Amino acid sequence: MSAAANPILEIDQITLAFGGVKALNGVSFEVAPGSITSVIGPNGAGKTSMFNTISGFYRPTSGHIRFLGEDITQRPAPQRAKLGLARSFQNIALFRGMTVLDNIKLGRHCHLHTGVFDALFYYGRARREEVRLRADIEERIIDFLEIDHIRNAPVAALSYGLQKRVEMARALAMQPKVLMLDEPVAGMNREETEDMARFILDVREEWGITILMVEHDMGMVMDLSDHVVVLNFGEVIADGTPAAVQGNPEVIRAYLGSGDVEELRRKLRGEVAT
Amino acid sequence: MIDFDWLLLFEVSLAGIGSGGLYALAGLAFVLIFKATKVVNLAIGEMLMMGAYFFFAMASTLGWPIWLGVVVAVLGSGALGALIERLLIRPMLGESPISVFMITIGLSSILVGAVELIWGADQMRLPDFMPSDPVLIGEAMVPPKIFYGFLVATGLIAVVLVVFRFWRGGIALRATASDQAAAYSMGINVPRVFSLAWVVGAMVAAIAGIIVGSISSLSPTMGVFGLSVLVVVIVGGLDSVAGALVGGIVVGLVEAWSGTYLGGQYKMLSTFSLLVLILMVRPYGLFGTHEIERL
Ligand SMILES: Nc1ncnc2c1ncn2[C@@H]1O[C@H](COP(=O)(O)OP(=O)(O)OP(=O)(O)O)[C@@H](O)[C@H]1O
Ligand SMILES: [Mg+2]
Repeated sequence: MSAAANPILEIDQITLAFGGVKALNGVSFEVAPGSITSVIGPNGAGKTSMFNTISGFYRPTSGHIRFLGEDITQRPAPQRAKLGLARSFQNIALFRGMTVLDNIKLGRHCHLHTGVFDALFYYGRARREEVRLRADIEERIIDFLEIDHIRNAPVAALSYGLQKRVEMARALAMQPKVLMLDEPVAGMNREETEDMARFILDVREEWGITILMVEHDMGMVMDLSDHVVVLNFGEVIADGTPAAVQGNPEVIRAYLGSGDVEELRRKLRGEVAT
Repeated sequence: MIDFDWLLLFEVSLAGIGSGGLYALAGLAFVLIFKATKVVNLAIGEMLMMGAYFFFAMASTLGWPIWLGVVVAVLGSGALGALIERLLIRPMLGESPISVFMITIGLSSILVGAVELIWGADQMRLPDFMPSDPVLIGEAMVPPKIFYGFLVATGLIAVVLVVFRFWRGGIALRATASDQAAAYSMGINVPRVFSLAWVVGAMVAAIAGIIVGSISSLSPTMGVFGLSVLVVVIVGGLDSVAGALVGGIVVGLVEAWSGTYLGGQYKMLSTFSLLVLILMVRPYGLFGTHEIERL
């Protein structure tokens, strides 16, 4: 699937500088609705910086980000969350000290009524209705991600793989339109990786959520993605279907220096797990 | 020790717990700010002082009724808290914790200077508004101001805890305290949580200041109370509300005992010895979490 006529997310000539260092330089790509789009690239290529710019943690030096056709470049992160952008973090960012369920409940926070007056005028039937709806969504997510057995466990006590899953659950509770995952299977074993791959596919199928992910596991990227964007030194060096990207000589060159060329080729073809 | 005076010990302990309640209240103000913003606020004692002076201005100078004076002083302190956050702390976002720490030292000098400019350096008395009949607990006599101060402090602590437990702002604050990035990405307006923490912290500190000011007196050196508050929160663990409460009582007791049995000049020595002792056994305080090692 290449970019459709109406992308859900549009990155337009984004440049992001930290002092003199350009972490991103004129990056443009599009995310088609309903797609799984992956951003790959060597360490330090600017993938996480791209995510931080999209979710509003960093203001780009120049360029625009459009979400559902609206320019959101100037909007602060919490507003983007309300509009339907949810994310996970490369280094897990859960509310430690709270339980799994509390973490998931906080995912709904962005949709709750804000002011004191809202709260006063917002009670009775409508309120009960919302509470019920919310509980439904929470249950569905817990079921779906198979974390029922740990729902009341403090997150700090969970294994790394489970913590990543809880982070995804919390992001889903935000009922996003686009789910951004920064290295969802990093540090996971084979089995956990396969579970996560299945969840990612199901999120798209069952919930109709568009996925944008950063991942180093080439096997997974090539299997799952409809569309792959390759970053190197803050610039897009390739952009297309997994097949097209794998054959791109510049991509192979970008990954050079980090090992054996044949190994890399196989990796890019998705034959070897990273 | 044939004739140890148990009643005296009891009375001294009650008085210690009483002033411990005030330490706990002021400690709570500190912890609220630290939890949300990770700022070590060295000006906490001066924020107490500002609340007391605001109250003095309303209730003594303008002659307003006590309740109105308290309300306006607390609101004024809240506004001051918002101002401090906006003008001094927010621009330092992302700077090293040490720089922000230095800013709060500067802030304490500014506040002391402002008080001396407006009200002068002399001691002043707040209007008496607490009942002055001695309070008897069993046979023990407790100074009325300490007794009622303790009641107000514990009541207020309870209110703050309940409100922050159930109100959305409290949930946002706990989420922010736990993980800023995650909170921000989930629609929590983190800068607003920062303001909120400073406003509520300043308001709580103001009430503590009004009580402390009416127990003793009002002067620009009142801020040294903040030193004991710092001991309290370090003993309890900078980011722990429970720690502030327990630490407050512990420090109150130690000060009262050493003041009576060793002599007033040993108060500070004993509290700081306690501080060193606890930090040797538990480097993060009694209830603190381990994440604050960079300080
Ligand atoms: N907050 C920051 N301040 C200064 N420089 C930064 C900041 N964040 C990232 N950088 C720099 O920007 C570049 C891109 O970093 P980024 O984290 O986006 O890479 P990445 O592609 O996610 O790498 P990895 O695969 O290791 O996660 C790096 O050179 C990094 O040092
Ligand atoms: Mg990264």
